[in-house]
Amino acid sequence: MKQCLVVDDSSVIRKVARRILEDLNFEITEAEDGQQALDECRKNMPDAILLDWNMPVMDGLEFLTSLRGEDGGENPIVVFCTTENDVAHIARAIRAGANEYIMKPFDREIVEAKFQEVGLI
Amino acid sequence: MTPIEFDFLKKFLKDRSGLVLSDDKQYLVESRLLPIANNSGLETLSKLVQELQRPGSRKLQEDVVEAMTTNESFFFRDKTPFDNFKEIMMPHMLEARGSSRSVKIWCAAASTGQEPYSLAICLKEMGPKLAGWRTRIVGTDLSAEVLEKAKAGLYSQFEVQRGLPIQLLLKYFEQKGDLWQIDAGIKAMVELSKLNLLENFSHMGEFDIIFCRNVLIYFDQATKSEILGRLAKLMPEDGYLVLGAAETVVGLTDAFKPVSGKRGLFQRNSTAGVSAARTRPLAAGLAGRV
Repeated sequence: MKQCLVVDDSSVIRKVARRILEDLNFEITEAEDGQQALDECRKNMPDAILLDWNMPVMDGLEFLTSLRGEDGGENPIVVFCTTENDVAHIARAIRAGANEYIMKPFDREIVEAKFQEVGLI
Repeated sequence: MTPIEFDFLKKFLKDRSGLVLSDDKQYLVESRLLPIANNSGLETLSKLVQELQRPGSRKLQEDVVEAMTTNESFFFRDKTPFDNFKEIMMPHMLEARGSSRSVKIWCAAASTGQEPYSLAICLKEMGPKLAGWRTRIVGTDLSAEVLEKAKAGLYSQFEVQRGLPIQLLLKYFEQKGDLWQIDAGIKAMVELSKLNLLENFSHMGEFDIIFCRNVLIYFDQATKSEILGRLAKLMPEDGYLVLGAAETVVGLTDAFKPVSGKRGLFQRNSTAGVSAARTRPLAAGLAGRV
């Protein structure tokens, strides 16, 4: 079973994402901000990360930049999932090493389509 | 919209059209019905739901059913047909059409444009391989309304997120407020016009590849056979036909045969007696592949 780390400061979003991804056969871990996510990755590098942008402590972009510099940090497939929906943000995320990008609001079909796109399902 | 209002719409649509709406489709209802509500001078979906329950709202009821039952279309829908296009159909055409350097493609149910534009993006992504080639994509649909949307080339955030990789979104779309506008170069590769498949379409000319996905399902067996026969007459012997994943030609016509191991992909059946006159000489090296 593939592991997916869901990183979002909203417990509602984490819950919705967990439900969708569990249906797609992922084992889910959660983090509330970038720092927690980084700690989690150092313990156990997941196969996929669904990543919010705006979070307290450490935001998604900072997390992604740090992650890609970690040992084994190039491996997880990172899918941003954020309300930031302008071209400049998307381009920055891709340059920082994001594999895909979901603009909120999202639904099951979008998550499924994007995860398929990057070969996770 | 409250859950009670959503439930009302679910039941209303089920009774009227057989459409089954799951609970996660609320956004779809909103994106499709808000314009209908606004056109009728109703500001919210709650008011639309109230109005639908009023006797004498027949026109509005019909508009709502039509808006919700129009086929949804995604960019790169189902993915496989587009992989087959890139990996099987176009490589074959590149080899077989070496002398004419021309490939013609028809999307027979172009709907709101996602399919023809996805094919145009595929061709664009092939880059230098197609240098010096003439490619033509014709998209037709029965509904003038969906074609208007196709011609505008403006898509919502939901529409550009299902099936379209983010890199292609950045490359071929420009953000216009809440919407995304397809690149003018891609738009220029696609010709759109209104056409009813039940009517004569022999004037369309010849096509090397025809996408006719999820449209024959609306017709009875005899009509399906008849349309497939007429499609075959527009195609050279090595032409490809793409149907929906759940559709087949088996039992309907011998003008096409399935391409082995490729769901939804068919080729002209040269052993069948289709009386299509060849209008294009076979390119050297093709013999034996057809």
